Amino acid sequence: MSDPKITPELIRQHNLTDEEYQLILKQLGREPNITELGIFSVMWSEHCSYKNTRSLLKGFPTRSSNVLVPAGEENAGVIDIGDGLAVAFKIESHNHPSAVEPFQGATTGVGGIIRDIFTMGARPICAVNSLRFGKLDSPEVRRLFRGVVAGIGHYGNCFGIPTVAGEVYFDESYEGNPLVNAFSLGVLRHEQIARGAAQGIGNPVFYVGPATGRDGLAGAAFASQDLTEESAEQQRGAVQVGDPFMEKLCMEACLELLATGAVAGIQDMGAAGLTCSTCETAARGGTGIEIELDKVPQRGPGMSPYEIMLSESQERMLIIVHKGREDDVKRIFDKWDLPWAEIGFVTDTGQMVVKHHGEVVADLPAAKLADEAPIYHREAIEPEYLKETRGLDLHSTQDTTDVEGDLHALMAWPTIASKNWVYRQYDYTVRNGTMVHPGSDAAVIRVKPDSLPVLSEDSPNRDVIPPEKYLAMSVDGNGAYVYLDPYEGGKIAVAEAARNLACSGAVPLGTTDNLNFGNPHNPELFWQLKEAVRGLADACTYFEAPVTGGNVSLYNQNPKGAIDPTPTVAMVGLIEDPSHITTQWFKNEGDVILLIGESLDSDDPYQGLGGSAYLKVRHGLKKGLPPRCDLTVEKNIHNALRGWIAQGAIQSAHDCSEGGLAVALGECCISGESARHTPHLIGAEIQLKRAEQDRLDALLFGETQGRIIISVPSVFVGKITGQAEVMDIPVEKIGTVGGKTLSIGVDKHQFDWDLSKLHDAWFNSIDQIMES
Amino acid sequence: MMVPVRFEWQIMKVKIIITPKKAVLDPQGQAVLNALEHMGYDGVKDVHVGRFLELELSGDKASMESRIEEACHRFLSNPVIEDYRVEWEE
Amino acid sequence: MTQVDTETELSTISDQGNASKFSFGVLQFPGSNSDQDCVNAIEVLGHEAHYVWHKEESLGHLDAVLVPGGFSYGDYLRAGAIARFSPVMRALADFAENGGLVLGVCNGFQILCEAGLLPGALILNRSLQFRSEFVHLSTVNSGTPFTKAIPADQLMRVPIAHGEGCYFADGSTLNEMESHGQILWKYATAQGDLEDHANPNGSVHGIAGVCNKAGNVAALMPHPERACQEAIGSADGQWIFRSLIEHLKDAK
Repeated sequence: MSDPKITPELIRQHNLTDEEYQLILKQLGREPNITELGIFSVMWSEHCSYKNTRSLLKGFPTRSSNVLVPAGEENAGVIDIGDGLAVAFKIESHNHPSAVEPFQGATTGVGGIIRDIFTMGARPICAVNSLRFGKLDSPEVRRLFRGVVAGIGHYGNCFGIPTVAGEVYFDESYEGNPLVNAFSLGVLRHEQIARGAAQGIGNPVFYVGPATGRDGLAGAAFASQDLTEESAEQQRGAVQVGDPFMEKLCMEACLELLATGAVAGIQDMGAAGLTCSTCETAARGGTGIEIELDKVPQRGPGMSPYEIMLSESQERMLIIVHKGREDDVKRIFDKWDLPWAEIGFVTDTGQMVVKHHGEVVADLPAAKLADEAPIYHREAIEPEYLKETRGLDLHSTQDTTDVEGDLHALMAWPTIASKNWVYRQYDYTVRNGTMVHPGSDAAVIRVKPDSLPVLSEDSPNRDVIPPEKYLAMSVDGNGAYVYLDPYEGGKIAVAEAARNLACSGAVPLGTTDNLNFGNPHNPELFWQLKEAVRGLADACTYFEAPVTGGNVSLYNQNPKGAIDPTPTVAMVGLIEDPSHITTQWFKNEGDVILLIGESLDSDDPYQGLGGSAYLKVRHGLKKGLPPRCDLTVEKNIHNALRGWIAQGAIQSAHDCSEGGLAVALGECCISGESARHTPHLIGAEIQLKRAEQDRLDALLFGETQGRIIISVPSVFVGKITGQAEVMDIPVEKIGTVGGKTLSIGVDKHQFDWDLSKLHDAWFNSIDQIMES
Repeated sequence: MMVPVRFEWQIMKVKIIITPKKAVLDPQGQAVLNALEHMGYDGVKDVHVGRFLELELSGDKASMESRIEEACHRFLSNPVIEDYRVEWEE
Repeated sequence: MTQVDTETELSTISDQGNASKFSFGVLQFPGSNSDQDCVNAIEVLGHEAHYVWHKEESLGHLDAVLVPGGFSYGDYLRAGAIARFSPVMRALADFAENGGLVLGVCNGFQILCEAGLLPGALILNRSLQFRSEFVHLSTVNSGTPFTKAIPADQLMRVPIAHGEGCYFADGSTLNEMESHGQILWKYATAQGDLEDHANPNGSVHGIAGVCNKAGNVAALMPHPERACQEAIGSADGQWIFRSLIEHLKDAK
C-alpha cells in the first residue's frame, strides 16, 4: 500500500487553501503525507481552530473572581459556587450532522457535550438545549424536528441526565439547516478539576471506550462547509452513531479512575477524534506524545492510519496515567466491562508521533498544530438588506382590530406555544435534583452531596458534607432581532437570559454561548457575526457573567441563503436560598399584578414591534429595528426583583419576551401544571393605561425590553412601589389575579379570553401539528 | 487477477425473526399501517413490526439446532409477548 | 387538599427515631440510572440503602431489595432482557423465594417481568414516544406490604419517565391476577377516576403496578423514589416506601 500523492486537488478536498498549504510546508520544512494532511485539515478547520473568529472572541469577558478555569483553556470553563464546590458547563452545536441524520446528529451532539463536562472531572447533572427549525408546515421540517427531539431524549434519558430546559424557534430561515445546540452542566469540588494536559515524560497514554470504526470520518471538516443540497445525501456516511449506554459506563469509570489519583491528564475524543486529543494534550502539557496505532482497538480490519486518526467514533477517551498506576485503569475499566488499551507515552520532543506497524506515519509539531492555526481577519460590510428592513414605516400597517384573535394566534404560534410535546419526551426528574421543571422562565436544579463525583480515599475533605446549592439556568437567542440589528440583538440575548435568571431568583454566574452564523467569507455575514459578538460581549461584561466557553458554528446556510444569525446564550445563576426559587405562573386569587419596567418604550420608533412575533404572525413581516436594550435599566430591575424575592414578597415572576405583555399575561394564567391533563388555570383582571401616541398592538404585543410581570400579596404592594420609586424603577399596578378569564381593559376597550380555550390553543398547538 | 481464498463455508448463518404475538397491542405496526394508508398504499391489511437477528455459528445445524431454539425461547424473544421463527441458511 | 395533608403527616413520620433502621439493597446494573434516586428516597425516610453490583452472587443481609430504573444494558434487545441474566438475579430470585420484599421501579419492573418474578410484560408506549410527566396513581389493593400505609382514597402524584411502559398480560393471566389482588396501582385522573385519558402509555386496564401471587415482589412503572420530597415536586412517593417500612416493622 502506498500513500497517494499530495495534489492540489487533494489539498482542496481537505478544505485547505493554497495559503494554508504553504504554511504547512513552512512549518514542516517538507511535504506532508496523506495522514498528516488529514490531521492538518481537521485541526485547522474552523471547528477546532476558530481561525475565522478567534480575533472576535477575544472581546468576550472571560474572567471574574469566581472563574476557576477560564474559557479556552480546557474542554469547559469552571466557576466557583462557594463552599469548595464548582460548576463546569458549556454549549456546543451539532447543526450539520443533525441536518443530515436528525436522530443520530442530535444524540452525538448531546453525547459530545456531556463528555466535555465529565472530562473536567465534573459529574454532569443536567442538560439543556436550544433548537431552531424551519416552519412546521413542511413535512421535511417535521421529520427533522421529530428526529432531533427523539435523539436528544434518547441520549439523555438513557444516560440518566435530566433534560431540564430549552427553547425552540421555528422560522423559514432555518429550513434545511436546523440548529441543534446542546448544553450540559456538571458539578465538582475544586480539588477535583481535571486537566487535559499530557504531563510527565514517560507516562503511559491509554485509550478507553469502544473500538474505532470508520464513523464520521472528518466530521470536524464537514461541520465547516456550507451545507449544499448534495452534501446532505453525500455525507450520510459521515454521521456518527451515539451510544448513551456506553457513555454512561465510560463516565462512571472515568470518575472512579479520577478519584484514585492515577490520572495525569484526560481528554475526550470529540471532533477529529484521536488527532485532536493527542495533539491538544501534548500542546497543553508542553510535551510530545507518541502512539502506535496497532494498539488502538479497531472495529474492522484494514483501517488506514488516516482513517484511525480522523475517525469520530463516539464515547472514547484519552487518559494519561502516572507511570506505575496502569493497574488502576485496568481494574476499573474491567469492572465496567469497557475496552481499554495502552497506546503510547508522553515524550519531551514536542512532537506528535504516530506509528503504524512500527513505522512513523505522522511526525508533527503538536503545539503548532493545536495553537498556531492561521488566523483570519475577515472583511465585514454592513449588509444591504438592512436598508430595506430599517425602512419599515409602522404607519403603513394598521393597528389591530382583533385583539382576541391576535392573542389566540400568538399563543398557538409554535415558537410561543407550549413545548410540552418536546419536553414530555425528555426525562427531567432523574437524579432527584430538578426543582423547577421545564415550562418556567428558567430551570432550577439542586446540587446535593450525592450529585458530586466520588472523592479519593485520601482526600482531607472526605468527611466534609457540603451544603445544598441551587442553580438556575436559561438559554435564549432571538435570531430575528439579531438579523435586524446584530449588536442590539446580541445584547438582548444576554439580557433576556439574565432576566430569566432574575425571575427565578438567581444571580448570574457565567455564560456560555453558541454562535450560529453563515459563511464567514461573505463580508455581510461576517459583519453580522462581528456586531453580534460585540453586543454579547458588552452585555456579558455588564451583567458580570463572563463567558466560560462555547462554540462557533459557521457556514449555516441552505440553498436559499444564510440562516438568521443566531447566537444562543446559556446563562447559569446561583440562588442563595431555596425559599427564593420563583416560578412564572400566578399562584393565588387576590394577589396584585405589578408590571416592572416601562409598559412601552416611547423612544423606540417601532414601539417594540420591530422584529416582533406579532408583526411576523399577523403581518408576515420581519422588519424594523428590534426593541432597544438598555443594560443599566435591565440590571437595576433584576437587582430590585431579586431583593423583593428575598423579602418573600413575590409569588410569581415572568418576563415579557416574544409576544409582549399580553402573551406573558396569558402564560402567567395558564402555564402552571401539576400533572398530566391537570393544568392550573387561574384568571386575571388587567387594566392598562395608554398614551395617545401608543398603538394598541404595540401596548399589548410589542416587545419592549426590560419588563417583568410579578404577582404579590396585597400587603406587599405599598412596600414594593415605595422601594421602586427610591430606586427609580418604574412599577405599575396593572391588575389582580383571579376569576375564570383573562380580562384586559385598555381605556374603554375590554378584551376577554376563556382560559381553557387559551390553554388549549397554547398547550396543544405543536402536538396537533406533529401528531395529526 | 487472483481471487483470495475464503473459508466462509465454515460459517453457518441462522436467521431469527421475532414478531409480536397477534393478541398483543403493536403500536409500531399500527403506526406503519396508518402511514401506508395515508401514503396511498391500499390493500395492506395489517402490519407487524418485529426484530430480525442474524447469528453466525461455528458449528452446523445438527449440533446447534436445539440450543438455538432454547436461546430464542429463553433470551432472544419474550414468549409472553412475542413469537419467533428460525430460518437456517442452506 | 390532599398534598398538604401528605406533607404534614409525612414530615412527622420521618422525624421518628432511628431505633430500627432497615437495610435496603439497590441493585446496580450497567446502565441503571435511578439507583441513586432509590438510595436518596430511603435515606430521606431515615433508613439505610446500599448498592449491590450486578456481578455479586449474594445479596448479604438485607431487609428489602429495590430494582431501580434506568436503561440496563442500554435496553438493547428488549428492556430488561439482558439484565435478568446477571449473577445477582439468581440471588434475587432466592431472596424472593424466601419471602424477601422486592420492589421494582420502571426498568426494574421490566427486569422483574423478564425474569419471570412478575407476570406480564412491558411493551412500547402506545404513543411510540418516551413519556415524562407527573401522573396520579390510585391504589387498587391496599392490603399488601407495598400499599398498607397508603390511606384510603389517597392519590399519589408521581413522575413517569419511560418509553416501554405499556403493561400487557393476556386475558386469563389478568383474571387470575385480579382474583389474587395482584393489581396494586392504576393510572387515575386528578380526581381519582380511572379514565382512559389518565393512562399515559396504553397499559391494559390502566395498570401501573402489580405484585406476584405471594405478595412479596411488586413493581410499578412510575417513580415513587423521585417523589419523596416536596422540594422536587411531590412527596407522595413516600407512601409506598413507608408501607414497606411498616411491613418490616410488623414482621419483626
